[in-house]
Amino acid sequence: MRAPIPLGKLAKLIRSKNAGPFWITFDIVFENEDDFVRAVSAKVLTKEWISGTYKIPQDTLIFVKIPAARAFKFSFPRPRIQGDLGETDMYSGQQYAPLLELQIS
Amino acid sequence: MTNPRISLISPTGALGMGFLDESLERGITLKPDVIACDAGSTDSGPFYLGSGTPKMSRRAILQDLRRLLLARDRLKVPLIIGSCGTSGVDSAVDWMRELTLEIAKEEGLSFKLGRIYAEQNPDLMADAFNSGKIDPLPGAPEINEQTILNCTHIVGMMGHEPIVHLLEKQCDVILCGRASDTALFSALPLMRGFLPGPVWHCAKTIECGAICSSITRADGVFAEIDNNGFSVEPLALDASCTPLSLASHTLYENADPFLIREPSGTLDTQNANYHKVSERKTRVEGSVFRPERYTLKLEGAALSGFQTVAIGGVRDPYILARIDSWLAEMKVFFKERLKDLTGKTLGQEVRIDISQYGRNAVMGGLEPLTQEIPHEIGLLFTITAPDQALANDVARFVTHAASHWPIPEWQGFISGIAFPFSPPEIDRGASYRFTLNHVLIPETPLSAFRFAEEQVR
Repeated sequence: MRAPIPLGKLAKLIRSKNAGPFWITFDIVFENEDDFVRAVSAKVLTKEWISGTYKIPQDTLIFVKIPAARAFKFSFPRPRIQGDLGETDMYSGQQYAPLLELQIS
Repeated sequence: MTNPRISLISPTGALGMGFLDESLERGITLKPDVIACDAGSTDSGPFYLGSGTPKMSRRAILQDLRRLLLARDRLKVPLIIGSCGTSGVDSAVDWMRELTLEIAKEEGLSFKLGRIYAEQNPDLMADAFNSGKIDPLPGAPEINEQTILNCTHIVGMMGHEPIVHLLEKQCDVILCGRASDTALFSALPLMRGFLPGPVWHCAKTIECGAICSSITRADGVFAEIDNNGFSVEPLALDASCTPLSLASHTLYENADPFLIREPSGTLDTQNANYHKVSERKTRVEGSVFRPERYTLKLEGAALSGFQTVAIGGVRDPYILARIDSWLAEMKVFFKERLKDLTGKTLGQEVRIDISQYGRNAVMGGLEPLTQEIPHEIGLLFTITAPDQALANDVARFVTHAASHWPIPEWQGFISGIAFPFSPPEIDRGASYRFTLNHVLIPETPLSAFRFAEEQVR
């Protein structure tokens, strides 16, 4: 049994960004095939986890794994339309921090 | 039988972001058939469309545009600039035309200049809405005729057809209003009869310039398309396009990485395969394009008010420990004072938002760690009102009252907020919001756009 590693250490890139003014999207990219497979087989980054962490319903959540890019990707409608009054992050660039501590076995 | 090819340069991700001279020079030696560059996006928020103001400075645009016009002149190939002035409103196309003419005069260039205007008249759009020609995209806000009429600007995002229209008229330089980034790159290849699968996927891959390569600085790429696929290499010799870097780029700023909607249909990259041609170049095959009902994405923005902001910080641990209730008490006072002074109602005509930097200001409702108290908190007061003078008047009593708001731990008059500026209030001007997430079903791919041509010498 190897020790679990935080996703923030296993991935080579974790980022969030607007996908147009109405959606936010997250990319988790791995350095090599082994790390990608490890993250896939750990089965902790799931629709359920995302939905629970970000408090958003599963039915509007897109979650895909992209082997060609060794990446996970998920997207959901922005909590508010980009730039509406009360906006906190115009580019949605700083919404990924909760992913970093996710433990990958 | 030879397999025909066409080649393109995407010199930078956004006009005005810059690129290396030696990269463009190298691109010129590769003899591309077209140079195309995007100059706009909604990514920076609703202000640019709402106000029709460009994000990039005139200085930055002139520097890049001059180099591209000179490169085009040497190659005698078309130069296509998309989404002029960030938003692609009509006045931004005119602004880009002025800069183009200025450069042409200074450099002694001559060419046929074409312009495509993409702004949509709100009255006509309201008519289109009433006759069922405007459809919501998934998750679009509920709109009515008034929503459309309230827009300060509406643009329609053109496909490749309007650009092809001007290429067929031998325009050398084409300045587009709002355009799909990919349309700029797909126009000439589609006009020459290349298959839409490889063309659209190539366009999608290179639209941000060298972001699809191993480097993250603003620079360009060179691509070649044939009927079986396409290949991409960066213009900078210290960079490479790998199967991984190209595949990763399909992720960027897309909700769905496999299905990408264009006005004329959907690009499907699910069965695309990527293989290395050399250390710096990668080839992609297998993407397909499925034609669908022709739609034009609409973007609209409306005024949401005028804002005054103030920034300050709190370091006192007693205040920090009760920060939520401290701010809540103030808000009760703000509401009364607002009514008393201006007759306005808080939460209706006037809004006062207070963000706590250091605590949930970045993620807001998405934040899982809601209860942690740091050793200092930055406060951002945002006052939104129907006019600037009112926003400023409100901000002045807000900052004064907030900075002296008491806490029970201290007996006497305190100054609980560290303001870095005098005055603490900063007028931010007009604030806008995006109002449309809809598509227009046009009569034809050209019908929503207006064209102009002129000879520059």
